[in-house]
Amino acid sequence: MGSPKKGARAGRAGAVPYLFLAPAMALFALFMALPIGYTIYLSLRRTKVSGLGLGKGARTEVFAGLANYAAAAGDGELWAGWLRVLAYGALVLVLMLGLALVFALMLDAAHVRLARLTRISIFLPYAVPGVAATLMWGFLYLPSLSPFGEHPFLSTDLVTFSMANVAVWGGTGFNMLVLYTNLRAVPREYYEAARIDGASELGIALRIKIPILVPSIILTTVFSVIATVQVFTEPTTLRPLTNTISSTWSPLMKVYRDAFVTGDLYSAAATSMVIAGISLVLSFGFLRVVKNHAFGEG
Amino acid sequence: MTATALPRTRGHARPSPRRPLGIVPTGVLVLGAIYTLFPVSWVVVAATKSKAELFSTSTFAPGTGLLSNLGDLFAYRDGVFWLWLLNTVLYAGGGAVLSTAVSTISGYTLAKYSFPGRGLIFNLLIGGILVPSVVLAIPQYLLFSKAGLADTYWSVLLPQILHPYSIYLARIYSQAAIPGSLLEAGRLDGAGEWRLFRRVALPLLTPGMVTIFLFQFVAIWNNFLLPFIMLGDDHKFPLTVGLYTLLAAGANQPSLYNLIITGTMLSLIPLIALFLTMQRYWRTDLSGGAVKS
Repeated sequence: MGSPKKGARAGRAGAVPYLFLAPAMALFALFMALPIGYTIYLSLRRTKVSGLGLGKGARTEVFAGLANYAAAAGDGELWAGWLRVLAYGALVLVLMLGLALVFALMLDAAHVRLARLTRISIFLPYAVPGVAATLMWGFLYLPSLSPFGEHPFLSTDLVTFSMANVAVWGGTGFNMLVLYTNLRAVPREYYEAARIDGASELGIALRIKIPILVPSIILTTVFSVIATVQVFTEPTTLRPLTNTISSTWSPLMKVYRDAFVTGDLYSAAATSMVIAGISLVLSFGFLRVVKNHAFGEG
Repeated sequence: MTATALPRTRGHARPSPRRPLGIVPTGVLVLGAIYTLFPVSWVVVAATKSKAELFSTSTFAPGTGLLSNLGDLFAYRDGVFWLWLLNTVLYAGGGAVLSTAVSTISGYTLAKYSFPGRGLIFNLLIGGILVPSVVLAIPQYLLFSKAGLADTYWSVLLPQILHPYSIYLARIYSQAAIPGSLLEAGRLDGAGEWRLFRRVALPLLTPGMVTIFLFQFVAIWNNFLLPFIMLGDDHKFPLTVGLYTLLAAGANQPSLYNLIITGTMLSLIPLIALFLTMQRYWRTDLSGGAVKS
C-alpha cells in the first residue's frame, strides 16, 4: 500500500480523484455499507406480538438488545452446523490447497511434459458453476448411475467427504494457477545456482520454491476460509438427491431458512453477523499467526 | 524455458537420461487432469443417452438419445432453458462490463493520484473482500424489496458491479503499466484529467481490463446465492438457479434425469469456450499482476 511518487501532484488534481471514485463510492454506500448497517440494525430487533397477533398493529418491531445473538449462541442446531462446516472446511482446505501446491510445483518442475495441456485441464473447473459441478458429482454419487458401484457416497458417514470432493474439484485449479504464476515470476537463476551447488529438484522445491510461495499460500488460505465458512451452493444443490443433508446443514443454510422459510429476519440477521464475525476472526487470526512465523525472519 | 539437463544428473538411475525426473511431475499432472476431466466427460457422454440407456448401458458408452434429450430440454416449459441462458449472458456480460469500467477508473485513481482520504477510501473498498456475501445478500434483498426492485433484473445486476478484488487488480495494473512521466507530459501539454485517462491510461490498461472482465464474467455466471435470493419469477432466472429448480423438481423422478444432465452439459459449453479462447489473458495478465504486487 505504498504510495508511488508521494505527493507528486497533490492539490493539482483538485476534485478530480473524488469524481473518478464517485461511482465506486456510491455503489459501496448502497450495496455494501447500507446492507451491513441494516443487518446490524435488524439483528438488534425483534417482533412484538400484542393480543392474539391478529389485525393491524398487533405485530410491532421493538428493540431486542442482544437477545438474538444470545439465541444464536444457544442454538444447538447452529452449533451442529458449525461442527459440520468445520469438518468439511478442514478437508477442503487441506486437500484443495495441498493439491494446488503440488500441481503448481509439478508444473514448474524442470522437466515436465504435457504441462500446458494438464494445466488447462486442471484449471477448467474454474469455468464450471458450483451448481453444475454439484449436479455432475451428485449424479455420479447416485448408486443407480455411479460408475463406482453401489458406494453410499451420500450416506451420513460419507456425505461430508462427497461434498468436500466437489469443492476440491472446483477450487484446486484456480489456486494452482495463482501459485504457479508466482513461481513463474521467480528468476530461473535462483534454481541454477542451487543446482550447481548440488541441490536436487525436491530440495529446490522444498527449500526455495515453497518459501517463495508462502505469502501466496497465506492469501489463498484466507480467501478459501472465507468461502468455506459460507458454504451454501453445494449442500443446497445436493439436498434434493439425498435425505442426509438437512435444511440447516450449514450455518448459511440456516440463515436462509430463518429469513425466507420461517420468516424470522431478526435471528437470520444475528446469525449472519455471527458468520461474518467468525470469518473475520479466522482470517485476521490466521494472518496474525502466520505473520509472526513467516515474515518474522524476512 | 526448460533448463538444459546437466551431465551430472546422468549418474542417477533414471529411465531417460535426457529428461531426468520428468516422469514424476508429468504423471502427477496427468492424474490431476484425469480427475478434473472425469465428471465433465461423464456428463457429455451421459447427455447422449436415452432414458433407458442412462441406467442400463455402461458408463462411458455413448448413447443414441442426444437429439431427443435436446428436444425435450428445449420443449421444457416452453423453452425456459433458452431464457435462462440469455438471462445469464445478460447478467454476466452487463455486470462484467459495468464492473470493469468502475474497477478500472477506481484502481487508476487510487494508483495515480495523491489526495486526502486516499488510504481510507482504498481500505474501505478493498475491505469488502473480507465481507461474506451472506451479510450482504439478505439485507440487499430486503432493501430491494422496499424499493420495489426485488425480483427484477436490476436486483441481480446492480449488487455485483462493485468488486473489491477487481479494484485491487486495476490499481496494481495502473501502477505497473502507466508511467507517471507520461501523465505529467500530458498535463504539460494542457490535457485535462479525463482526457488523460481516456487517451493515455485506457490503452495501456486494456489487457488488464480484459482480465478483470473475465474474472467478473465468470464470477457472475457462476453465482447462485444472490439470484437464488433475489428472484422468484423463473423467467428471470440465470442458468444456475434454473438448473437447481430443475433438479429440485426432478430429483425424485429418474425420467427427468436426462433433462437435468443435458441442461448441465449445455450450461458448461459457453464458459468453457470463453475460457479456452481467452487462455492468453488468464495467464499473462495474472502473472503481470503478480510480478508487481
